[in-house]
Amino acid sequence: MIQESIRNQITFSRIPPGEGLQAGLQLTPQALIDVVRDSGIRGRGGAGFPTGLKWGFAASAPGDKKYVICNADEGEPGTFKDRVILSNWADLVFEGMTLAGYAIGADEGILYLRGEYAFLREELEKCLAERRGQGLLGAAAGGKDGFAFDIHIHMGSGAYVCGEETALIEALEGRRGEARNRPPFPASSGYLGKPTVVNNVETFAWIAAILQRGAAWFKGIGTEKSRGPKLFSISGDVEKPGVYEFPMGITVAGLLQETGGNGAKAVQIGGASGQCVPADHFDRAIAYEDVATGGSIIVFGPQRSMLDVAENFLEFFEEESCGQCTPCRIGNTKLLEGVRLLKQGECSAQYLKELCQLAETMQVASKCGLGQSSPNAFLSIVKHFRKEIFSRDAAAA
Amino acid sequence: MLIAQHDKTRAQIRDLVAKHGCQRNALIPILQDIRDKNGQISDFAMQTVAAQLGIEPSEVYGVVTFYSFLSEKPRGRFVIRLCRTISCDMAGKEEVARQLENDLGICFGETTRDGRFSLEWANCMGVCDQGPALLVNERLYTRVTPEKVSEILDSIQCPA
Ligand SMILES: Cc1cc2nc3c(=O)[nH]c(=O)nc-3n(C[C@H](O)[C@H](O)[C@H](O)COP(=O)(O)O)c2cc1C
Ligand code: SF4
Ligand code: FES
Repeated sequence: MIQESIRNQITFSRIPPGEGLQAGLQLTPQALIDVVRDSGIRGRGGAGFPTGLKWGFAASAPGDKKYVICNADEGEPGTFKDRVILSNWADLVFEGMTLAGYAIGADEGILYLRGEYAFLREELEKCLAERRGQGLLGAAAGGKDGFAFDIHIHMGSGAYVCGEETALIEALEGRRGEARNRPPFPASSGYLGKPTVVNNVETFAWIAAILQRGAAWFKGIGTEKSRGPKLFSISGDVEKPGVYEFPMGITVAGLLQETGGNGAKAVQIGGASGQCVPADHFDRAIAYEDVATGGSIIVFGPQRSMLDVAENFLEFFEEESCGQCTPCRIGNTKLLEGVRLLKQGECSAQYLKELCQLAETMQVASKCGLGQSSPNAFLSIVKHFRKEIFSRDAAAA
Repeated sequence: MLIAQHDKTRAQIRDLVAKHGCQRNALIPILQDIRDKNGQISDFAMQTVAAQLGIEPSEVYGVVTFYSFLSEKPRGRFVIRLCRTISCDMAGKEEVARQLENDLGICFGETTRDGRFSLEWANCMGVCDQGPALLVNERLYTRVTPEKVSEILDSIQCPA
């Protein structure tokens, strides 16, 4: 039913499965963490936390029971690269998880797979069973004496907020997916209160690649603050939507060039919770130090109404807010009402200003990343498309 | 009839607890299995699960109502979910939505009277490059057009 989404050469297809794992298990856990740190890799799920640092925290956290969680909740609008990775290179993901288990001293890994991806489960279970059969999981995993590690799959149940790592852990524990206060961070107190590493699907796959090719290879690609290649999910008004691999630091213009998105009016980078970049900013770089993203790129052609875009995103957040804290629960509803007023040409400039203040309050006062980032698209659209927003006003009046 | 139904539910849940365990972290896998078998997670099922896990029924209710893939209300044998998020929206999900409503004779949020189909909106399903996307239970359909809707519905009714 689903067609292939891969559009250019992806490094993962050139990484022979198994080699990264073997290379990593030759090292001491500390040396393995050092390789990850030296590569400069930062989390591929969006927030961009340095992976080596995270593993180091979990490794040094006291406790003899620890967990490795692979975040395959992939709910950010416009993202689908994790689905593609799991369909094509699941072995690399499981290798990365196994390496994490070895590095931090965990014996249990959990793949948290979003409910929408239930159709992937059978293949993934098969892959895990094969790995058990080959001795890559289980007692003496990967042939390493004294290292036991296994992975099981936990299905999500349809909740975007469960991609947030502490909400994900709540869900795993059998509760409502309501984000926790941080600190404590999962690396010190995560699943069942134990030290837990949570990483994105793509992060784990890159770790396997880094162990196979070396930290220097990874570090040699990208920018100083954003190392390595990255997978991008590209959709919207482009000729060739799909999954692409580009070095971190590629400009928006460069990306549009490669994907056939010429003539775009704006590009949403980082999904609904990211920023909307207008055409006169297309020279900006996609990197943690400029416009950050977990890989979601949505392109808007000249015919699109930016208010429609803002409305769609806010409908998404209004529904997906867990409702635990007021800035997010009420704030998204208010912003959505505001956008609808704008669409009808019934919003005063003063009220729009107040909405922007509310949006800024949400960014600082919300409990988790959902509420903190949900106003981003609204704010960037109001900032960059003022003329369009108000001409709507005039036209409707 | 009701008693027989309750006995069946009780036995089913006992089996699921044996399979997943009676710790709190078994709750969602148990609820997912109940959903897969029965469509709905009834009040009685929630109470039974709560008793088996030693937690309050309200806790179970809180979980069931939190997740959009768990439901305390009866759902059709086939739950049809249409993606309404931006990329599928731009790819024409609105026309597909109208056709689904016309062909099924129900609105979004409703179930057909014969209990076969429920129609729901969903958020991004991770195939944004191939929208509009439609999920029927666990099966994903991409690039759905209004013309294809009846084809899809027919193939569900009499699978090849
Ligand atoms: C609302 C929300 C949703 C998120 N969804 C995802 C997701 O689907 N996948 C993911 O890997 N990270 C997601 N994250 C980020 C995670 O909290 C976490 O930072 C990430 O899994 C860490 O992995 P990484 O360092 O490898 O990126 C989300 C964060 C927020 C606030
Ligand atoms: S910010 Fe939103 S999603 Fe996060 S805890 Fe608050 S209400 Fe829940
Ligand atoms: S927007 Fe519909 S699948 Fe992502």
